[in-house]
Amino acid sequence: MPFTDKPQVFGASINALTVGAEGREIVLGGSNVLPLYSFDAPIPNAPRVGVEVSDRGYDKTVPGLAEFYAGCETVPEQAKKACTMEGCDFIVLTLDSADPNAENTSVEDCVELVKAVYDAIDKPLAVIGSKNIEKDADLFVKVADAMRGKNILCLSCREENYKQVGAGVVLAAGCLVGGESAVDINLAKQLNVLLSQLGIPSTSVVMNLGSAAAGYGFEYLASTIERVKNAALTQNDQALQMPVVTIVGDDAWSVKETLLEESEEPEWGPREERGIQMEIETAAACIACGSDAVLLRHPVAVKTIADMIKELV
Amino acid sequence: MALKGLDIFKLSPKTNCKECGCPTCMAFCMKVAQGALPLDKCPHMSAEAIAKLSEATAPPMKTITVGDHKFGGETVMFRHDKTFVSRPVYAAYVCDAMPVEVQDEKLAKVPAVDYDRIGEHMYVEFINVNHFEEKSADEYLALVEKVKGCGRGIILACTDADLAAKALEAVKGLPVILNGANESNYEAMCKVAQAAGVPLGVSAANIDALHDTVAAIEALGYKELFISVDDKSIREAFAQAVRVRRAALKNGDRTFGYPSIVHVQRLTKGNRYMEAALASLFTCRYGSVIIMDEMDYAKALPLYALRQNIFTDPQKPMKVEPGIYPLNGAGPENICATTVDFALTYFVVSGEMERSKVPVNLLISDAGGYSVLTAWAAGKLSAGSIAKFIEEQDIASKISNRTLLLPGKVAVLKGELEAKLPDWKIVIAPNEAVQLVKFLRDMQEAGEA
Repeated sequence: MPFTDKPQVFGASINALTVGAEGREIVLGGSNVLPLYSFDAPIPNAPRVGVEVSDRGYDKTVPGLAEFYAGCETVPEQAKKACTMEGCDFIVLTLDSADPNAENTSVEDCVELVKAVYDAIDKPLAVIGSKNIEKDADLFVKVADAMRGKNILCLSCREENYKQVGAGVVLAAGCLVGGESAVDINLAKQLNVLLSQLGIPSTSVVMNLGSAAAGYGFEYLASTIERVKNAALTQNDQALQMPVVTIVGDDAWSVKETLLEESEEPEWGPREERGIQMEIETAAACIACGSDAVLLRHPVAVKTIADMIKELV
Repeated sequence: MALKGLDIFKLSPKTNCKECGCPTCMAFCMKVAQGALPLDKCPHMSAEAIAKLSEATAPPMKTITVGDHKFGGETVMFRHDKTFVSRPVYAAYVCDAMPVEVQDEKLAKVPAVDYDRIGEHMYVEFINVNHFEEKSADEYLALVEKVKGCGRGIILACTDADLAAKALEAVKGLPVILNGANESNYEAMCKVAQAAGVPLGVSAANIDALHDTVAAIEALGYKELFISVDDKSIREAFAQAVRVRRAALKNGDRTFGYPSIVHVQRLTKGNRYMEAALASLFTCRYGSVIIMDEMDYAKALPLYALRQNIFTDPQKPMKVEPGIYPLNGAGPENICATTVDFALTYFVVSGEMERSKVPVNLLISDAGGYSVLTAWAAGKLSAGSIAKFIEEQDIASKISNRTLLLPGKVAVLKGELEAKLPDWKIVIAPNEAVQLVKFLRDMQEAGEA
């Protein structure tokens, strides 16, 4: 009996969502097959790689970045430099210092920085907030207002502030929003439903299903992403058809395997190498499970993941 | 094709004798249909019924055993559908085309990665020994002889049946996979593998030829097989790994119901970063034996941890062994802290404690593998359970310090715990592990830790 394949091409598909404007757009999602199953049907938009830069500058704890960003003093200069990483599709500016428990940078200063970064780069922009719920509600609304027409992606609103963020970012300013929920398919769906009840079109929303480094509860993240993709495609669940964006760099560089100095674990070898591989392997697993975009920090990881995607899709 | 419980029930004795352990024949048949019980659990099934049913109820994917390792036997495409059962193994690569010094150097590196993580031994389980046509039989056999002494499973990658027979003779009794059958040599290779009783890896120019070749080998009566997926392009390798597994598990095609061998080393041509990326990809997507160029700690730490995550049963939480875990060189004079045995909690808590550099004795009691709040809600973590653990482990004589940190989320246990452990000072730790670094450093500055 010869081999008969049964391709899984679904009637449903992941929403295709354009990030950016003014000639620098990328599209996330749009596929009607399981993640990376390009042998079943062509995948219109391959997964994308974003590069994270903090408003405090590049991550000084990551070895190798000082060399890469050498000579770039300001955040906009560093963001511009990040665009030159091979495989970088978009820039993610993290407004860490806006956290009231940290430097508490004012919303106005943040807005000025976002504008400056946007003007410096030639790729689409996403913005990650301070992770303080009240501050982010104000922050995202004003940032999006200043970025009208630029179609930036604000990551992320949560159940506690989705009303202010969703209404301000999408309905008022016409930008895009990410919904962040703990690693759980039901919570993710609930937040998407709440956003849609505000009148936000599902094509302006991405999902941030949480993050984990390999070895640190990654099985929960893997299964959540897989279940979301399965529900979106096989059951045509429209509340789960948003593209998935996964932050990898932050967790990858903050676990024991990447934090310990070589002097503490000589067998393990240089920290930089361990961190690069942690970023690569975690990101590759996220993409295998279904992430439509991953956010990374190290240029070697960015290039490797982009190359892997190019080979597969 | 998969049978329904009712189809099996029609052929069952319908006596409800309970000898199979199920209350009724109907219940038994439903379990057989789900693959939860084998048909032979029923002692009264007629020979005719067994013949009819065994083909249909056989598992969709064979389990192949090589030494202590089990491959295949999977029933689902996604771990959340039930669980994955056979974790992949990683192999290091040597070949007879390498200069002898390089071979020695590579084999010397094999034992370098060796550690334990949550009760699992992490090391390079196999060595792939590749033969190139232009090399002589003696050169290959000399290399095989060297690999034999490494104490690892061996993959003989060789398409020459005569040479394979000689190599198999040399490694007799060791855990071995012979990988090298293809469209043109499968008859001879099958004979050699069958004679030596080792599983045979099969490859072919494309997936149709692969299917035909596997079917032809099965027709020769040999079913101890591995599918060696395409090694010419990353795209085709991934496609084959998925399509083969899907054919077996979703579409009931038993010809493809075998574990896989993935040649990451050949696909990445010395790029160790791409190698890591693909090892991770194929760990998630249907690799059974993953051949790398070589393993080092930078690749291994995330990779083995990822494998451990993906191949846990979603219904059974990962647990660490209860006991005393001294962190940052803690001794009897240092403070104690307690939390649950849920592996994720342990890793996050111990990781933050290590970052603080403050010496702490972390006491892990048996809490059923649940997180702190869940264990507390389920009655698995209580003042009684903590006090009992401290008594059973004889902590009082092992540790002289009498300060115990209690997870902030179960601060409610403090009063009861103080009553049960009167000579201990119970301190409420923060709610979240990330707050531990500051908390412990503050304690240390205040001279309390």
